[in-house]
Amino acid sequence: MHLVHRLHRSPTEEGVAISTSSASPTADSRRDDQGSAAVELQGITKRFPGVVANRDINMAVRRGQVHAVVGENGAGKSTLMKILYGMQRPDEGSISIEGREVSFHSPSDAIDAGVGMVHQHFMLADNLTVLENVVLGREPSRAGMLDFGAARRRIKEISDSYGLDVEADRLVEELGVGDRQRVEILKVLYRGAKILILDEPTAVLVPQEVDELFDNLRELTGEGITVLFISHKLDEVLAVADEITVIRRGTTVATVRPADVTARQLAELMVGSELPTPETRESTVTDIPVLRVEALTVRSLEGRALLEGVSFTIHQGEVLGVAGVEGNGQAELVEAIMGMRQLAGGTVSLADEDLTAWPTRRRREAGVGYIPEDRHRHGLLLDAPLWENRILGHQTEPPNVKGPWIDRAGARADTERIVRDYDVRTPSIDVLAAALSGGNQQKLIVGREMSGSPKVLIASHPTRGVDVGAQAAIWDHIRTARREGLAVLLISADLDELIGLSDSIKVILRGRLVADVDPAEVTPEALGSAMTGADEKV
Amino acid sequence: MSRLEPRKVAMTLAAPVIAIVFAALVTALVLAATGDPVWSTVTTVWDYGSKPRVIALTLNQATTYYLSALAVAIGFRMNLFNIGVDGQYRLAAFAAAVVGTSVSLPKPLHLLVIVLTAMLVGAMWAGVAAVLKVSRGVSEVISTIMLNAIATSLIAFLLSKVATDVAGSNNRGTDPIPESGHFPGIPLIPGSPLDSFGFIIVAVLAGIAYSVVLGRTRFGFDLRATGRSESAAVASGVSVKRMVLLSMLLSGAVAGLVGMPQLLGASYTYSIDFPAGLGFTGIAIALLGRNNAVGMALSAVLFAFLDASSVILDINDISKEIVLIMQGTIVLSVVVAYELVRRYSIAAEQRRVSRELASQGSPEREEVAT
Ligand SMILES: Nc1ncnc2c1ncn2[C@@H]1O[C@H](COP(=O)(O)OP(=O)(O)OP(=O)(O)O)[C@@H](O)[C@H]1O
Ligand SMILES: [Mg+2]
Repeated sequence: MHLVHRLHRSPTEEGVAISTSSASPTADSRRDDQGSAAVELQGITKRFPGVVANRDINMAVRRGQVHAVVGENGAGKSTLMKILYGMQRPDEGSISIEGREVSFHSPSDAIDAGVGMVHQHFMLADNLTVLENVVLGREPSRAGMLDFGAARRRIKEISDSYGLDVEADRLVEELGVGDRQRVEILKVLYRGAKILILDEPTAVLVPQEVDELFDNLRELTGEGITVLFISHKLDEVLAVADEITVIRRGTTVATVRPADVTARQLAELMVGSELPTPETRESTVTDIPVLRVEALTVRSLEGRALLEGVSFTIHQGEVLGVAGVEGNGQAELVEAIMGMRQLAGGTVSLADEDLTAWPTRRRREAGVGYIPEDRHRHGLLLDAPLWENRILGHQTEPPNVKGPWIDRAGARADTERIVRDYDVRTPSIDVLAAALSGGNQQKLIVGREMSGSPKVLIASHPTRGVDVGAQAAIWDHIRTARREGLAVLLISADLDELIGLSDSIKVILRGRLVADVDPAEVTPEALGSAMTGADEKV
Repeated sequence: MSRLEPRKVAMTLAAPVIAIVFAALVTALVLAATGDPVWSTVTTVWDYGSKPRVIALTLNQATTYYLSALAVAIGFRMNLFNIGVDGQYRLAAFAAAVVGTSVSLPKPLHLLVIVLTAMLVGAMWAGVAAVLKVSRGVSEVISTIMLNAIATSLIAFLLSKVATDVAGSNNRGTDPIPESGHFPGIPLIPGSPLDSFGFIIVAVLAGIAYSVVLGRTRFGFDLRATGRSESAAVASGVSVKRMVLLSMLLSGAVAGLVGMPQLLGASYTYSIDFPAGLGFTGIAIALLGRNNAVGMALSAVLFAFLDASSVILDINDISKEIVLIMQGTIVLSVVVAYELVRRYSIAAEQRRVSRELASQGSPEREEVAT
């Protein structure tokens, strides 16, 4: 749909889009001399098989500022940041750090030049402490012996001076996402980074944590650290960034100041056309129960309750939202429903059938679709082509198989359909899933799980990492399916999504459902405080 | 994967070819360093190796190697390291030899019973490792190595109970299997006095079955998915425990076939000097052939050829260990070569794309792709 728009767009429209963006230089000259360019990228071009990920990118990032990079899925944001971090080599163009031209062959070159990156998917070892994680690969030593004392002091120093509030001796597995993110940032700072790249840092955070992160970022820039920041949440971008660069189809189309644009204008710059307007909502809830969960209890290996007596029913045509700070039992709930976890008690039933004892495959065959929260771990075979990924999770269903045989033609044709309907940007269905941008991987998964008219959709963060346009499209798909009777369990850190899509919302806290919320009345702020347990009745 | 482009084929072949050429160079250097004439060694080996009788020998040896590589590869595709093919095939061959002598059945049935016994015993021995892994989480690497050692002692013990002296030698083995349990040879190589193992047909069929089952069936998909990402496979509804069990049993059953060409086509008895160590050669061949049915067949022939030629080296007073050096170097360098070729092909692909995009010249077309 968006693709068609773009192909037929007249050149004049593009001209308009770019001219609206050129910020007036006079009004901001005061800010300009505040920081000189910490990073300058000139004429960066990067090609992958079948796609040009970056084409003639030019941008300058001032020292001590938060510089946001926005753009559609597959626009080339992550690729550009990986180039700056030495993980990818540009085919053309030059990078200057603090006015000196550099050429990175690996991330360690970048680290030496003071560039650090926090990836969207955290890369911490769960069973190590914060201290161990931070020093990993840079172990401090004195006379050949590990010297943790010095490292601990330095971590404290960094933590204090930037207000990161990180405890060196906690185990990482005990930390929530917000804390983990601070550990990642600390790890990068520990290596001496002066330029910090954050790839979609807020995708996993709830509003309060986002605010904390932004406070941290302001502390950092106050100390002269430069922050490069990718996000699809345009309101956040406008709130925190000093400057915003828009990338469209691989190239920089504009650099704007947040004061000069609205979120809507920003989105239009990204997409190059108007955004689809969200549908007005109508209730499609029936009184036919589809998914019923009763007194579900899950314990950890040590016997700690991860989920305690969770009960709810989702009806045909209903979306039940679960709100909560990540790590309060959502993952366990989803895995319990999917049959991927041992239950300590309780039942799960679909329509009138008790599926508590069923294996995962049988549940999926019975019509349970599953959008996992971690697409790399649970959603994809990264080194398999897209059409084989279409089969994954639906190995026993048409059009993927005929009897015991894989139906290649059927699976391939249906992959083409998903690519078309869900606007997955890819040169072909034979490329490996790893070659897709994060958002496009997500679109493929959503398309796959919505195939074959499931009865229930278990959706964890269905639009995580997806750009605003594609997000609206996915919502439309879910609404359409809901009208036809789909029951949805929706878990999301995006409160607008949760409120906008759900027919009813339950709040989860420390493994229990603690409150019911009416999405028609609640505000994101009120919901946010209910989630942290600050206010148990909304 | 889906289409046979000449460029892709060239890229696939590049790595093993580079590895083999490199190994040949290293071997030549070693020869030169030890004062052996390099060129005349090559011609001697080549002349010897291209005699019909030696070709037949090579093919027979390759048949055995190929079955061993298939058994290993089934595990590899699932990230399971079945180091135990060695013990599995020896125990299987021993059991098959015992059953073969102790039952008397009409021809095709007798053969079938022997082969099925071998597959069953191979599968059972591998199954021990599978059960340990599934129920206790014991690494299959460790358990299969242990099981190899146990198989060795077990066979020695049992052999001492049932063995008789093999006529005309001081070798001891099981009684010979009667004629009805022999797998008839086929005169495959014209001019060779030696028939080829009839079992080569079974090996070819096994290769085809391997390819079809892994590439085209649901079961194969589940197996490969588990090998690529266990967590994603679990989320997709694959029962990993079941897959571990099934693939280990399958691997063991194929391992059971490894001793059959020899047992049913040449020795007809399991004796003390029954060939050992074939399981390890299988690992090397699976690596060189990239777990690909055709690739492993070519690798098996190469290894067998090198083995056959070691005989003539010995006769010419050149240490035959040179063959081991060559085989070892191939395996080491193939791992490196695959990585190099992978990187090169990515870079080449990018250059090709940019050339094509540049010659198209229309920016709108380029944008469609992004
Ligand atoms: N390793 C790779 N091999 C081939 N193509 C790649 C590779 N990495 C990225 N691409 C392609 O480059 C383009 C840009 O990808 P990139 O990951 O930079 O997008 P992005 O802007 O970060 O998108 P998202 O918002 O979805 O994360 C995409 O078309 C993607 O398919
Ligand atoms: Mg990205």
